[in-house]
Amino acid sequence: MTLRPQPRFPEPDTEPFWEATKEKNLVYQTCDNPDCTDKVIFYPRAHCDTCGGLKTSWNTSKGEGVVYTYSVVMQSRHPAFKDLGPYAVAYVDLDEGFRMMTNVINVDNPISDIQIGMKVKLVWQEQGEGEISLPMFEPA
Amino acid sequence: MAQTREAAIVGIHEYPLRVAPGVSALQIKAASASKALEDAGLSWQDVDAVYDTGSHQNIGGLGISEYFGLNPRLIDNTSVGGTSYEVQAHHAATMIASGKANVALLTYGSTAHSDRRAIGTAGATGQGSPTPFNNMEDPWGMTLISGYGMVKARHMHQYGTTNEQFAEISVATRYHAMRNPEAVEAMTALEFVGVNEITTQDVLDSRMIAWPLHLLECCMVSDGGGAVVIASKEVAKNCKKSPVWIIGGAEATKYRENGGDITVSAGAQSGPRAFEDAGVSPNEIDVLMAYDSFSITVMCMIEDLGFCKKGEGGDYVSQGILKFDQKGGPALNTDGGGLSSNHPGERGIFLLLEATRQMRGESTSQVDGAKLAVAVGNGGQLGARHATSPTILAAD
Repeated sequence: MTLRPQPRFPEPDTEPFWEATKEKNLVYQTCDNPDCTDKVIFYPRAHCDTCGGLKTSWNTSKGEGVVYTYSVVMQSRHPAFKDLGPYAVAYVDLDEGFRMMTNVINVDNPISDIQIGMKVKLVWQEQGEGEISLPMFEPA
Repeated sequence: MAQTREAAIVGIHEYPLRVAPGVSALQIKAASASKALEDAGLSWQDVDAVYDTGSHQNIGGLGISEYFGLNPRLIDNTSVGGTSYEVQAHHAATMIASGKANVALLTYGSTAHSDRRAIGTAGATGQGSPTPFNNMEDPWGMTLISGYGMVKARHMHQYGTTNEQFAEISVATRYHAMRNPEAVEAMTALEFVGVNEITTQDVLDSRMIAWPLHLLECCMVSDGGGAVVIASKEVAKNCKKSPVWIIGGAEATKYRENGGDITVSAGAQSGPRAFEDAGVSPNEIDVLMAYDSFSITVMCMIEDLGFCKKGEGGDYVSQGILKFDQKGGPALNTDGGGLSSNHPGERGIFLLLEATRQMRGESTSQVDGAKLAVAVGNGGQLGARHATSPTILAAD
């Protein structure tokens, strides 16, 4: 089986996120500036995208959220995906306030069994011994 | 703000072939430049400003100047995907108005079809220098089409927009394509299943590529290109054809944001700015050339530029007003669009070309008495990060 495209390094903004997945932790950042109006930072980066502040903290998400939107890929020419059958790509809004791209899995029919606004919870897809794991979601 | 008429489109050319084996992107650019300057009645060495996206064969403004044999005094490498040419037209008109240049050349060439590039369905290549956003998107297998599918799904959920309503965009576009011999030739060369007018049911019956987007809601992958020559009002006076004035332009970006509304494009920012710049309002527009990468892109442009209220685009497009021979709103994509005429990857230049033809009275689906057109490009990916740039054109 061809491996999915993996995050590639060195890429210092997202490396801490992916390191944390090795321990099955889904992490996100918050801005340390007390005056910052929107403290949640995602995708990961070394600065705050609201205030430009350079001090941020890492937090661990509970992995609970809702489907913001999704699409079901019926045709992919990518070797890792082309034989999967229909699969759902989604944006999930985590309860902590960040939105991430992911897959919603463990459903029979992704078109009808997933709904926008549906509650979902984190599941991990392992990529191999000592490797990163991919955060995905399934119906809660 | 008062409307100014300082810069005009004076020459255009659309490379006629959509399947062009054995020709390079650079050759398409040079051939198109030559024809567009001929259309304007200008000479090769009149060009003093070169605009290039650098996105084909990796040659930007410097390399293309050498290849063309030009020594411009302005170089602009703006590259924001499919809307690059609207942004470049905005920049060129602004720089010409300020007296920094007299004749600007914008060119496009692509061999996406002959290269067999699966633009919409290939997914991430996993090559090149890693970026934070690639690292946070590539592993989940989003194809380009499913990225737009996510926007359509949310639009349907949030506003109740139906598949039938989205299909109206494809139907009107094909209606125009069937009147454009180059579009008919394109669909034939690209082996479309039916080179004919289509119904909303045809769109719904076409196969699903990325739910909820059907095949007939997705643009083609062609070869092709073109060129636009923009000149100062002094130069425009002596050109062969009537000038088509660039009276307004604006740019904006939008991207995935925590808690953001994916159905609202960057056009909600740049649309009002462009209309203010031009001193006109959406209800005065005769022709709307809106980037039809997918049906959802057009829906967002129609709403966000203010042709109707946000979320009411479904009802708007269902009134039968999109066709060139119907009243009640601007005609949509009268050349046949990216859905049915030409989409080699970055369609923005064709929006300017057809808008110019309409202002000259040269379209194959000519709107009677057309005086104002909007060419609005959308570059990048609507559901991830994109730029939206409207250019507003006026007949002389």
